[in-house]
Amino acid sequence: MKTEKSRILRGMFFGAGFVALAAFLFTGCPSQDRMMDTRDAAQKVYVAPGDHDEYYAFLSGGYSGQLSVWGLPSGRFLKVVPVFSQDPETGYGYSEETKPLFQTSYGFIPWDDSHHPHISQTDGDSDGRWIFINANNTPRIARIDLDTFETKEIIELPNTGGNHASSFVTSNTEYVIGATRFSIPYETDLDVAIDTYADNFDGALSFLSVDPDNGRMDLKFQIVVPPYHYDLGRAGKGPSADWVFFTTYNTELAHTMLEVNASRNDKDYIAAVNWRRAAELVEEGHGRTMSAEYYHNYYEGNQGYAVSNRKDEVTVLYPEDIDENFMYFLPTPKSPHGVDIDPTGEYIVGGGKLATVIPVHSFSRMLEAIDNEAFDGDSRGIPILDYDATIIGEVEDPGLGPLHTEFDGRGYAYTSVYISSEIVKWSLDTFEVVDRIDAYYSIGHLMITAGDNVNPEPRYMLGLTKTAKDRYLPTGPKQNHPAQLYDISGDRMELLLDFPTIGEPHYAQAIAADQIKDQVKQIYELEENDHPNAILGVADNRVERDGNNVHVYMASVRSHFRPDNIEGIRVGDTVYFHLTNVEQEWDVVHGIAIKGAENAEILVAPGQTKTLKWEPQRTGIYPFYCTAFCSALHQEMQGYVRVSAADADVPLTWRTGTN
Amino acid sequence: MQMKTILTALIATLFLVSCGNGNHDVSDDPGDSDGLTDFQLEHGIGPVTERVDLGEIDPARVEEGRSIFRMKCEACHNMEGRMVGPALGDVMESRSPEFVMNFILNPSGMTREHPEGQRLLQEYMTPMPFQNVTREEAKAIVDYLRDYAENQ
Repeated sequence: MKTEKSRILRGMFFGAGFVALAAFLFTGCPSQDRMMDTRDAAQKVYVAPGDHDEYYAFLSGGYSGQLSVWGLPSGRFLKVVPVFSQDPETGYGYSEETKPLFQTSYGFIPWDDSHHPHISQTDGDSDGRWIFINANNTPRIARIDLDTFETKEIIELPNTGGNHASSFVTSNTEYVIGATRFSIPYETDLDVAIDTYADNFDGALSFLSVDPDNGRMDLKFQIVVPPYHYDLGRAGKGPSADWVFFTTYNTELAHTMLEVNASRNDKDYIAAVNWRRAAELVEEGHGRTMSAEYYHNYYEGNQGYAVSNRKDEVTVLYPEDIDENFMYFLPTPKSPHGVDIDPTGEYIVGGGKLATVIPVHSFSRMLEAIDNEAFDGDSRGIPILDYDATIIGEVEDPGLGPLHTEFDGRGYAYTSVYISSEIVKWSLDTFEVVDRIDAYYSIGHLMITAGDNVNPEPRYMLGLTKTAKDRYLPTGPKQNHPAQLYDISGDRMELLLDFPTIGEPHYAQAIAADQIKDQVKQIYELEENDHPNAILGVADNRVERDGNNVHVYMASVRSHFRPDNIEGIRVGDTVYFHLTNVEQEWDVVHGIAIKGAENAEILVAPGQTKTLKWEPQRTGIYPFYCTAFCSALHQEMQGYVRVSAADADVPLTWRTGTN
Repeated sequence: MQMKTILTALIATLFLVSCGNGNHDVSDDPGDSDGLTDFQLEHGIGPVTERVDLGEIDPARVEEGRSIFRMKCEACHNMEGRMVGPALGDVMESRSPEFVMNFILNPSGMTREHPEGQRLLQEYMTPMPFQNVTREEAKAIVDYLRDYAENQ
């Protein structure tokens, strides 16, 4: 076991070549495989059958585009919430109601890469109303309701390439943020030579307001910034709550071979933005209106269908337009990745990805430096603060490749370290490492229960790692990515559990189950069904022809559809099955699928209405059936559609129950 | 000997502890059919535990009951003739209002624990679901069924 692990670690070290050798020299031997006594660990993660976990954990799906939900400490898989990718399992992105969520200025996009889920906050603590998550590739932000666990809104970000520093919220969910990872020209569809990067490319920081009543987002403004790469962001807390912080890399302005060309400068920056002041400046009319095409898609009403709204302009702030400073650059070594704010709001921790230390800035020293104008030049009118004026500590010997930090609220920070594949625990008082533990293998983010809140809960920590290798039974050349659960309630970190997840578990959030579970809906009330094509009584079931479009207004209840015999459909018709599930009992779901449909099944929750679109290509008899095992007579829950030739004169009829 | 006593005590404790929970019953008034009260036998098991004074049939309540019935009951019940469940046109002639209300409000308890509910489940095979109906709404459905029985 140990030999196998060192073999793998060694392999990874050799793979990373010179850098790995350096890592070895800096960090010494990797720490021992440390795990609590097996029986103690088993007891700590055991949740008896029928009992519930202490925490909901929401793990991003990375390149699956989704959000997965798990119970902690058991590691029970609860469900996948589909967000940015079509999901044939539920019909999300295949039903007419959900297709509009996928609309962008580039058309219908069936996939994305989702990285950073973030739960809405009140006074700096997760409040369990909504969870936001970003799409990297075609830049977007989604909002998922935490009473239905369904994606209710997706908004596109213009002027942005790779929305990675997203979707973090401010302390009271005033704003959710986005930023460009790959700077691009602002002007839509601008066709320029790539080597005009320095002249034509710009960075964009996006600020989306959140309606406190229903969570609806609105792209309030963007800040036009130098064409660096904006990597991660976090809002401040307490005294720093009016600020957000973004890391940058590629201050070298490279546009090719960034691996080398964007790693030359000893320091890049953390951008500190006073979002409250920026918002006031926009209110006072200091922004410019710029044309920009993007889509804002959201559910209209209670439970009906999503709508797509095309937007054509955005308000942008140019720092050089404005006499006063509302943002600053804090020099930070070296290509910093994460930026994380401690629970008091005072410490701004950079993940110095290529640095040999973890740099810690002080927020109060930053304010002093601003007052004293301790500037070291500027970039496009944005003052660069003097490094020594803001830095308060550098954590020595953190391992190689420190990335992300969370906090336990007891004076300690925990930083994930990628290349040496470990987690280091260090003191916010002495800035010294006090404990370290292995991660299996190559850790990206870590997450502590409420570990980004003003009041962290020092219970559990999840390590979200990038490769499984030998950790589980082998399942081929490509294996699922792991997560590891650690107990952090004591002085030393202890490994409890190691389990594979879906996609790439990039970042995660956990919230005490008690904060959410009583608000979770069991049914959609039929009385509140405001879907325009719902039938709220089975007597209303019918089929209507409108040219070549045929609308089937259908109901389902255990164990039949109404209607279940339909004739008079013709080749060339487009048929819409508007299925209302009139059940009002928790978890009694019906689905519908019809032979030959170039579509997925559609699942319909109790009280909900969903629409399956079908374009029959051939004459014949087409069975349809309930795809969700619903009752003892589920096998009987079926029907037939007769499809006749395009010029046939079979009358349109429908019936149920008379054989 | 002492060891044996401790072991016995331990095992007894284990049984006591481990069997104490996990058997959550959704019925409001659990009990097996043998132990039913006379009231329960005649008027069903559920939230309605004493006679309800319905008074005269109220036309407004009949209308309310009709619309709830259309939305939540009609998928399975005809007034005349068997469907998924039994015909309800004459149900008020054979059942008390309390029995019907308890069946609407506590269908899973009724089909599991009441002899009449068990018999109906055996006959119709599809368990009746709770359709998110309040007690007042159940009363309105009863008025609608009474009205139908008297006037059709």
